[in-house]
Formats: sequence, structure tokens, C-alpha cells
Amino acid sequence: MEKTVLRMTNIEKHFDDLEVLKDINLTVNNGEVVSIIGPSGSGKSTLLRCATFLEKIDGGEIVYLDKTAAKTRVLSDGVRKKVEYAGKSEMKEIKKCFGLVFQQFNLFPHLSVLRNVMDGPVEVLKRNRKEVEQEARELLDKMGLADKADTYPCNLSGGQQQRVAIARALAMKPEVLFFDEPTSALDPELTIEVLKIIRKLAEEKMTMVIVTHEMSFAEGVSNRVIFMDGGVIVEEGDPKEVFGNPKQERTKQFLKSYTE
Amino acid sequence: MTFSTMLRTMSSGMLRTLLLFILTLAGSIPLGMIVVFLKKSKIRPISWLTKIYIAIMRGTPLMLQLLVWYFGPYYVLGMKITSGYKFIALLIGFIMNYAAYFAEIYRSGIESMPVGQYEAAEILGYSRIRTFFKIILPQVVKRILPAVTNEVITLVKDTSLASALAYQEVFSLAKQISASQTSFLPFVVAGVFYFVANYVVAIVMGRIEKSMQYYK
Repeated sequence: MEKTVLRMTNIEKHFDDLEVLKDINLTVNNGEVVSIIGPSGSGKSTLLRCATFLEKIDGGEIVYLDKTAAKTRVLSDGVRKKVEYAGKSEMKEIKKCFGLVFQQFNLFPHLSVLRNVMDGPVEVLKRNRKEVEQEARELLDKMGLADKADTYPCNLSGGQQQRVAIARALAMKPEVLFFDEPTSALDPELTIEVLKIIRKLAEEKMTMVIVTHEMSFAEGVSNRVIFMDGGVIVEEGDPKEVFGNPKQERTKQFLKSYTE
Repeated sequence: MTFSTMLRTMSSGMLRTLLLFILTLAGSIPLGMIVVFLKKSKIRPISWLTKIYIAIMRGTPLMLQLLVWYFGPYYVLGMKITSGYKFIALLIGFIMNYAAYFAEIYRSGIESMPVGQYEAAEILGYSRIRTFFKIILPQVVKRILPAVTNEVITLVKDTSLASALAYQEVFSLAKQISASQTSFLPFVVAGVFYFVANYVVAIVMGRIEKSMQYYK
């Protein structure tokens, strides 16, 4: 049995009165590629943001490897719940488990491409600069950007920027890499070059969770597909099953809107 | 009075003006940063007091503030004012006033930063301090530079308000010499001085802006 990298159980999240996530369970095993699809506002991005602690959950449990990042305790009145996150130093360790690639890339514009990739490992992981630089250059080479190391993000196309962002995330050597609609800000041509990279990572057995609107890509790249709608997981399973033979009416409807 | 004597007399005023200008900048630029942090403080009374401070600094004339700093200790606290205190009062007045304006400029820059920059830094595991100094601040500096230039140029001219305390800077001297010599020339000299000083400021700030144009 593969080791479990991430386990999220009974996740609840609301923004004021709006329930965005209702009792979500998500387990990601080592080497697995999980795609999350669903209409806008279904909660899929929020789920990633909760998994990466950019949003705080209102209920449930988040465990990375064997380290509990957040758990929920029922208060003495037996009704109200309180979410407790791990302490600062523990969270710092847990955060090393994952990386996140944003829809809007969010590169640091004042740093060169190489520095963007190197800064995390050098400044946060306190690793040897020479070693990191070599790795960073190899990563950029893998992304097809070896000649862009010394330029600045503003001189790159969106697709190139996103590939730098992927290199930056990989340089931290995360156990699992999250993608939050990585190609939604790109035109079709640039989308292809980014998807190609993600496919390559999948072949190398990189553990990934990808929120995407690229259906055929999701079908091709993932081991498991999750369809979310209205803050719940409607359907989950083998991509061939979910795309070829969806069980739920809502899934059928959603997928139909893509084939029309 | 010959023109060269007049120039020599006024040049001592120019030096005083420049001294006031440089010390005010040296004090208010860092103090403004502290003011922003205080205003953004999560401790309510601190941010509240900072807001009042900024409101007063911006809402009353700088000339009035200078008079308060100078005469306040005598009238309010009954302290004896020494002659050396005048320059201190001027410095406090100018620095406190300009720090408030700089703080608001810094705030506008900090608040204009996209949230994605903070989130990217957080995901990479940067501490809050590292995020601010390595990611946010360098970009904020670039964004606020034009507004800062404006403020610095205003300061060059505002130093003339020190004449309210009879501080012998270039504007005071120009007025005095003009009156005693019944001559218009001292005003021309003072005008040229301010203009040239600001021209230099504009060139220097332009250079700094240019040095940051390597990224967008």
C-alpha cells in the first residue's frame, strides 16, 4: 500500500453564511495524480486553499504524512466546534510538504527568474547556494527555460512564467504539488506547453492535485478524478469511469456542457 | 552692499536651509515607516492614536505646528526656552509633519500590492518579516517613488516656513536684506536657489526611478 501524503477529513468551510465546503474528504497517496473538476463556485479552489492553509477550515482534520496540521475539538457544550492548528514550528515543518502553483503565477517581479527559483531553498531551507543554483538551473532546463535564467518575469510570456512558477515550487522538493487552475490565465497555445510539463511530472510519479477546467487533460493525466459541485464531492473515481460513464446526473450535465 | 557680499551673506542661509532639509528627510523617511506599522497595528489604541496624529499633522498648517513646538514648552509646561532649542523645535516640527505624509504614501504603496505576492511567499515558507523586507518593500519603493519625489520637492520649499521662528535660512535672509537694502535682488537669488535645489532633487530621484526600471 502506498503511503498517504495528505488526508483531509470532514472539511467544512464557510464564508459568513455561505457554506463553501460541506464535509469534504480527500486522501492523496504518494505518486498519485488527482484532478478536481467542477463548475465555478463549486469550492474546488477553496479546497486547495484550505489544504495549503491560505484559508482556515471551520471544521475537520488535515494531516500531512503523519503530522496533524489541524484538528477539530467539540467544545464542552457539545455543539460548538473549535479548529486547532498545530504550533508555529510544527506548521513550518508541515508547510515543507507541499507546493502550490497559482492561476496568476505570482512570481516575484523584482527577482530574476533564477532568483525566483533559488530564493526559497536558500532563504527558507537554508541550503547551500551553489548546490541550489545547480538544481535550479537543471529545473529551468527541464522547463525549457535554460536561457531565461537571468531575465525578469515581465519579459516572459504567461506560459513561460507559469513554468518558472512550477520550477520554483519544485525547487522546494515538496511531497505533493497543488495546481490551482494553472492554465486558466493562458491562451490555448500557452496552455499546451504548461500541460506538457505537468504530464511530464506525472510520468515521473510526482504526487499532484490539480484543479482544472481542461477536461481531456484531466482524463489523460490523472489516476483519480473528483467532481465537485455546491461544496460537496458529487462523484469520484477512475477518470475513464467519471468521464466515460458518469453515475451522477449532475456530473453528466456538467460534462455535457464541455462537449457541446 | 555689493552683490558678492549679499551672496556671501545669503549662502550661510542656504546652508541652513540644506541642513534643515537633509535632517528632516533623514528623520521623517524612517519615522514614516514606523508610523505605518503603528497605524496598521492590531492593538486598537495604538492604531487609533496614530490616526489622530496623522489627522492633526495633515489638518493644521505646518507653520502653526512649528510655533507650537517652539512656544509650547514655555506656555504649556512653563519650561525656559534656550536659544539652541529653536533648531530642535524646527526639526521636531518638520520631521513629525513629513513622517505623517510619508506614512500615508507608504501605506498607499503597501496596500496596492497584490495579495498573490504574500500568498506565494507564504507557500514558500517565508516568515512575515522576510516577506515584508525581501518581497513587498522593494516593490513598494518602486511604486511610491513618484509620490515621494513630489513630497521631497515640497519639503525644499517648505523649509522657508522656518522663517516663522526667525531661523536665519535663505528665505528669512532674503526678506531681511531686501528690506534693509530696498532691493529686489535677494528674492531673485532665493528663487534661483530653490529652483536649482529642486532641479537637483528631480534629477537624483529620476536616476533612482530609472535604476528600478529593470522590471515591471
